[in-house]
Amino acid sequence: MAIQLTINGKPQSVDVPPNMPLLWVLRDTLGMTGTKFGCGMALCGACTVHIDGEATRSCITPVGSVAGKKITTIEGLSPDRSHPVQRAWIEVDVPQCGYCQSGQIMSASALLATNPKPSDADIDEAMKGNICRCGTYQRIREAVHRAAALNKAEARPAPLDEIRGEEAALEEQPVEVGGAA
Amino acid sequence: MSAGTITGVDRRAFLKAGMAGAAGLMIGFYLPGRREALAAAAGGGVAPASLNAWMLIAPNDSVTIMIDKSEMGQGILTALCMIAAEELDCDWKSIRTEFAPAAKEYFNPAFGMQGTGGSSSVRSSWDPLRKAGAGARDMLLQAAATEWKVDKSACRTGNGVIYHDASKRSLTYGKVAESAAKLPVPQDAPLKDPKKYRIIGKATKRLDTPDKVNGKAEFGLDVRRPEMVYAVVARCPVFGGKLASFDATKAKAVPGVKDVVQISRGVAVVADNTWSAMQGRRALEIKWDEGPNAALSSEGISKLFADQTEKSGAEARREGDAGSALAGAAQKIEAIYEVPYLAHATMEPINCTADVRADRVDVWAPTQFQTMSQGTAAKICGLPPEKAFIHTTYLGGGFGRKAGTDFVIEAVETSKAIGKPVKVTWSREDDMQHDYYRPASYAKLFGGLDANGWPVAWTTRVACSSIMELWFPGSTKNNLDPSSVEGVANLPYSIPNIQVDYMRTEPGIPVGFWRSVGNSQNGFFSECFMDELAAAGKKDPYEFRRRFLDKAPRHLGVLELAAQKAGWDKPLPAGRYRGIAVLFAFESYAAQVVEISVNRSAKSVKVHRVVCAVDMGRVVNPLNVAMQCESAIVYGLSSALYGAITIDKGRVTQTNFNNYQVLRIDAMPTVETYIVPSEEKPTGSGELAVPPVVPALCNAIFAATGKRIRRLPIRAEDLA
Repeated sequence: MAIQLTINGKPQSVDVPPNMPLLWVLRDTLGMTGTKFGCGMALCGACTVHIDGEATRSCITPVGSVAGKKITTIEGLSPDRSHPVQRAWIEVDVPQCGYCQSGQIMSASALLATNPKPSDADIDEAMKGNICRCGTYQRIREAVHRAAALNKAEARPAPLDEIRGEEAALEEQPVEVGGAA
Repeated sequence: MSAGTITGVDRRAFLKAGMAGAAGLMIGFYLPGRREALAAAAGGGVAPASLNAWMLIAPNDSVTIMIDKSEMGQGILTALCMIAAEELDCDWKSIRTEFAPAAKEYFNPAFGMQGTGGSSSVRSSWDPLRKAGAGARDMLLQAAATEWKVDKSACRTGNGVIYHDASKRSLTYGKVAESAAKLPVPQDAPLKDPKKYRIIGKATKRLDTPDKVNGKAEFGLDVRRPEMVYAVVARCPVFGGKLASFDATKAKAVPGVKDVVQISRGVAVVADNTWSAMQGRRALEIKWDEGPNAALSSEGISKLFADQTEKSGAEARREGDAGSALAGAAQKIEAIYEVPYLAHATMEPINCTADVRADRVDVWAPTQFQTMSQGTAAKICGLPPEKAFIHTTYLGGGFGRKAGTDFVIEAVETSKAIGKPVKVTWSREDDMQHDYYRPASYAKLFGGLDANGWPVAWTTRVACSSIMELWFPGSTKNNLDPSSVEGVANLPYSIPNIQVDYMRTEPGIPVGFWRSVGNSQNGFFSECFMDELAAAGKKDPYEFRRRFLDKAPRHLGVLELAAQKAGWDKPLPAGRYRGIAVLFAFESYAAQVVEISVNRSAKSVKVHRVVCAVDMGRVVNPLNVAMQCESAIVYGLSSALYGAITIDKGRVTQTNFNNYQVLRIDAMPTVETYIVPSEEKPTGSGELAVPPVVPALCNAIFAATGKRIRRLPIRAEDLA
């Protein structure tokens, strides 16, 4: 029996068993491969999507349980990488291999939706379910702060030069090419 | 397990072919089958002109750089483009990239075949790519000069445009690329004076980031082909075991399961989606012949290693007479160090997609070793290598794991058996339990100090498996695998009497290249033991090392830079402790100071700050070097704090990230990276920062608790 889903605002009908995890419906049935398989046990966060706005591990979510709910995947976060989290990720140059980053971005965007100005501790708490084997954690923290600033800048009619000023500050790379004594 | 099942190919044949490939280097190279795709990508439907094996320029001025190394997170895609663009003098914004096919033109001279590893990518591409860029620029200049009927020397290039200043004429690269491509390739086009570099050496953002924030980047696991089916493989859980029998009836009854086929590495369950294949495998009735390793345990392996270090082995280094010097030393220090097997645990689980046809085989894989993948696929299909087409995807982490061809074998054999394109996916459990592990290793060390507390003798005996002999049988001499002792045999300290021996010991667990290879464990042994000698001699660990680096200026340079940036000469706040270590790995030098606090009642350690100083010659992209140091430090800390693959009844105990834990964001320290300015030839940044972090951390724990960590991972009782 077909299951009715709403993915990234678009109605989809899938004819799969209701206990099939949403992850595999997205990836194999619908060909939406932006959501990643990492562990199959909700231990790594690579498969994170939003269900009615909440960060959810799709690898253990039976597709039958999300019928009629609003599902957002990385492909639906923005049509053009314009979501503040995506922009911050690009500005800070977070990804290395990039495999976990769909999940990282979905967790970060869910965090910012409920906590617009998270502390480092808030970020650690919200993001510790997302493993990155490339170790991009330092830049993830920085990018979440940056996304929060972008969000804030857009929530009010900020003077354009103030926003540009913030962007210019990011151009300074956090690398010191320093000399040995 | 024989090494033939890993590589499936003869390395000597590759070495020979590699030299031939290097000699006939890529002149007027043409990429079969790719021009149409590139034309579509370039826009306008006109195929770009190939000026050499790496650089194609389209009429719309887009420059396509063929990426012949695997991008697994280490940032090589961007670094190669930077090197190429510098000499080609093209517009950075005009660059697009394409992963190169498997071809002799792309052989890595470090391996004699196409492949990525050993931090060799920048090092091996530096000269060929610069020469290719300079040659292509020269051809473009000549083509424009010919069109203008002026002398080439009266023309110049700037950011993708050729100028003839006298007549105020200009042409973009795209306008002359077609005619330039027909010119002979100059053999001696001048290379740029490094003082004029405008790209190399500048902190440059990664070109692959935009596709990695919206799910667009295609990893191996994301490959989809028309009519493709999905498979998982049941493998014998005991290393060295094999299939006895299986009954597919129940597996085939699972909805979605289409087929169950025997392959050389086990039984493949094929379905119309990955989940059904996994369900089918669970229902499969299977009997294994567990073979000779069915009683193997980590304890047994440890005892085997311990026994081996009582014997004499292969001599890896001998200077002076360490035995006599030890006997005559005022103080003798002895220690046994031990590390477990480690899994790579790349975020992208192992996978491969294959499509076997009568006359060709296509393989889409997150592979580090294209030539071995090609040879393996061709051999299985009975086809010549040029009929095996390797499509390298992005790698969701590699760390050495994806140098294997086990996943290629499984996909190709399964596709061949069922006559369809198939994607083989490994679960995380498959990945943990069927890896080529960082070897477990056991070391017995002796040090001798003189009456003033300065070292006069050092000996080390290491027992572990040989990676090189498993992967490339016959490739080592005298039972000495240099990768088994790297990080201790090359001890940089000017101690007059040094002896390092290696006891090759093969318990039967498959081992492989794990980020920084032998340095990962030997760096821990040597730099912790050096700290032990410093403490026994009642010396400051930094000054102790400094004094004996008098013949190792680049070690000394990074050590001093790290100490200076960490404020080694200044006291720490109460409750904070630090440790230091310096190591050479992959032609590069790294020193780190790790700052920690220990909660002895909670038996826990917190890493607050890691200061990392590196010297890797001329740096192509300092931003990426910082990212790689952060990455390597996280990889190393994961191994020190949590990492252990243990063996029980011949199989791996760990299954997933719940019992093979890795560092998460809440344990992430602040990492600061400092680069020693250098005009030496560039080396590579992917691995060098892994080895020092483990000993620096353990040395910091000693500073805090007075207890030595000699066995990894660090246990709660070590912190009490």
